[in-house]
Amino acid sequence: MASLDDLKKRIASVKSTQKITKAMKMVAAAKLRKAQESAEKGRPYSEKMNNIILNLSSGISDKENAPKLLSGTGNDKVHLCVVMTSDRGLCGGFNSNIIKKAKSYFAKLSEDGKELKIITVGSKGNDQLKRAYGDKIIANISFKESKHANYFDADKVGKMVIEKFGAEEFDVCTIFYNQFKNVITQIPQAQQIIPLNVENSEEDKSEDSYEFEPDEDEILSNLLPKNISTQIFKAMLENSASEQGSRMSAMDNATRNAGEMVDKLTIEYNRSRQAAITKELIEIISGAESL
Amino acid sequence: MGEEFKIEIVNPERSFFSNEDVIEVVVPAFEGEMGILKDHISIISFLKPGIITIYSKSSEEKFFVEDGIVEFKNNNLSILTSSIFNLKDIDKNKILDLIKTTEEEIRQAEISDQAKYLADQKIEVLRSIN
Repeated sequence: MASLDDLKKRIASVKSTQKITKAMKMVAAAKLRKAQESAEKGRPYSEKMNNIILNLSSGISDKENAPKLLSGTGNDKVHLCVVMTSDRGLCGGFNSNIIKKAKSYFAKLSEDGKELKIITVGSKGNDQLKRAYGDKIIANISFKESKHANYFDADKVGKMVIEKFGAEEFDVCTIFYNQFKNVITQIPQAQQIIPLNVENSEEDKSEDSYEFEPDEDEILSNLLPKNISTQIFKAMLENSASEQGSRMSAMDNATRNAGEMVDKLTIEYNRSRQAAITKELIEIISGAESL
Repeated sequence: MGEEFKIEIVNPERSFFSNEDVIEVVVPAFEGEMGILKDHISIISFLKPGIITIYSKSSEEKFFVEDGIVEFKNNNLSILTSSIFNLKDIDKNKILDLIKTTEEEIRQAEISDQAKYLADQKIEVLRSIN
């Protein structure tokens, strides 16, 4: 059995770990609130954008000459995957969930004989992927300096994707991120952004037709690149809310585990102290009896 | 029925501005300035750098935008833009900074004609504010 001194030290160290995890949990909770707020505030933009694109693409006259971002290159050979993860660790399964999802997608791609290219956003994803897929990663972007997700960063990623698309480096682009459901649940998502999947929701489908100025094609080709950035930005917002949520619950668990450990160690400490006292008493008594 | 309609300006990060009783909005559409009154036909257009002016009963507000999309439908005007400033909030130094960075962009060799046109526009507008 460990000596009393050792036990004391261990209790102290677990307690200080607990303090750290508790503090991290509180910080994550505060950040989560902010991230959730900005995710909510960002929603109108992407919704409106989606609506307009829906209206436009249903009104488009010439499907053949539709912008490539909408209709695709006609090929399905080279896939670009944008894997979005966090820059910091200690957030439970947040990053591993995205990576797991991405890896299973990669496996499917290589089974189908498709070529794979990867852009990682966030250093944690890069760390996890570079072992197995190092030669496939064409770029790694990390926004360690920015305090919270902002559109400027998303635009940078978006422009890079579009530039590569323009240079015909890939045919299909998919982004991977965690969708925030609640603090405990985050759902890893794979969303295809090029070519765009226009969901034909029938509800507000052109009862009233729009006037376009200039024509649809030109607006669309102007709008679609923006939409890419918007989608990436949306993913970034969801991701940052998910990251904080995941970190919060992970730290909550850690704090609780540390508490249990302290309890267990304290009991052990008390027992061994008692045992030592009893032992000494017995020694004294038997010493006195033998006299 | 009055002459008012609704306007909402959103940028990616939040809903930037909204007003329920505007009378006229003038936007710098790509093919020229466009004034929108109540019961305008449904329209989608996009913006070039310029000034959005919003006339409501009580006030008149001006915003500088770099780009964006306008959608007007059922007397709801939505403007989506990624960069917008209220002219009241923007200070001289910031304008000068913007002019400078835009001028640098133009000087880059591989800039496309359209991008150059837009950048020229932007500088012109910014100068006029200053």
